[in-house]
Amino acid sequence: MDHVVHLTNAVAVLGQFPVLAGADLTVDRGEIVLLQGPNGAGKTSLLRLCAGLLPVARGHAFVLGYDLSTDRDAVRRRVGLLGHANGLYADLTVTENVRFWGATAGASNAEVDTALARMGLADRLANVLANRLSAGQKRRTALACLIARRAELWLLDEPHAGLDADGRAELDATLRAAAGAGATIIVASHEQECAVNLATRVVGVVAGQVRVLPGEAP
Amino acid sequence: MLRIARLLAAKDLRVEARSRVVTNQVLPFAAIVMVMFAFALNSDAVVTRVAPGLVWLATLFSLLVLVQRSFAIESADGATEALRAAGVDPAGIYLGKAMALAVQLAVLEIVLLGSAVVLYRTELRLGGVALLVATYVAATCGLALVGTLYGGLAGGVRGRETLLPLLLLPVVAPVLIGATRATEAALGTGGAKVADGWPWVGLLAVFVALFGVGGTLAFGPLIEE
Repeated sequence: MDHVVHLTNAVAVLGQFPVLAGADLTVDRGEIVLLQGPNGAGKTSLLRLCAGLLPVARGHAFVLGYDLSTDRDAVRRRVGLLGHANGLYADLTVTENVRFWGATAGASNAEVDTALARMGLADRLANVLANRLSAGQKRRTALACLIARRAELWLLDEPHAGLDADGRAELDATLRAAAGAGATIIVASHEQECAVNLATRVVGVVAGQVRVLPGEAP
Repeated sequence: MLRIARLLAAKDLRVEARSRVVTNQVLPFAAIVMVMFAFALNSDAVVTRVAPGLVWLATLFSLLVLVQRSFAIESADGATEALRAAGVDPAGIYLGKAMALAVQLAVLEIVLLGSAVVLYRTELRLGGVALLVATYVAATCGLALVGTLYGGLAGGVRGRETLLPLLLLPVVAPVLIGATRATEAALGTGGAKVADGWPWVGLLAVFVALFGVGGTLAFGPLIEE
């Protein structure tokens, strides 16, 4: 299977509530796909399903060739999910955080250094504690952790939240560079203005289903 | 699994070394508990007789603080979720966090034993040193393993601060009993002999094996939603 994400009528349930009610979505390598929709539409659930954190109740879901019905653990090691929190340890420095998360995936020191350099964290901020960083710097550190972990599919939930204009521009540039380097990115965002400019494709999520927007390919 | 365990343990110890919560908050708390016991009992003879139990009770109270802290650093910025999402081996997380907790407990226990010598006039016997060391090693491992397991269980639910003591204290009762009896034997408290203590160390070893294996298997499902 060549698609990075291939969902067919995927249903996911939290408790008794169907958070995804038959989602269909295909994403290819190098795409930046924006998920658009109101609160509670299922955007975060769709990201969590693709990350292997939410079980597939019905339908078919393949991510990076893994069947999510049977192989959710394997897909997690190749996917990077960045939610509202950054997953950083406040009392570790930027370098120590990135080194830790890289090491969980067996990354070498050289790979960690590359990740830090790509995110512009190798110099002035390298030895700063995470609790001293601004919101944008924390986001960049979290993305460096994804790079160090060699995540092939980036799943970003509201990545622009809390960032100022410069921070958003920096983030967009980073994501475009990552996609150019072969990463596939799915972004759920309310910040439509900047997110639409960033995305190569926009899909709507409404009531747990994926809707193709007018003028967009399915 | 062991690589991840070493990684997690090193990370936790580095965070604690930098934040100094153990040295600045937990150790003073444990010392205050020891002093309060002495005030409450108000009798040298009674305090000396019950000193091993008081040391282990103070250890248990401090364990609650240490476990809360261990999981607070994971939940503060969503690291628990990030560890799950990254597919990090949960057995490695469990063993790594238990290893770090054991190191912190060991430091705490040395300080508490020292304060018992000073405050309660507890005397150490050369003949009981091997038993004392074996007791401390087994009890520390047991407390770290069960503390980590229940810390992970309580970590994902609302009201975890109050739930943890409720869940943890009854489960560690065998460690409190076993460690107290074995320590009494090692110190010769109330005329106890060293030989009387080894069966209690056996009980502690069984506890360690039980929670070592059970916790390693159960921790993954526990931290999953």
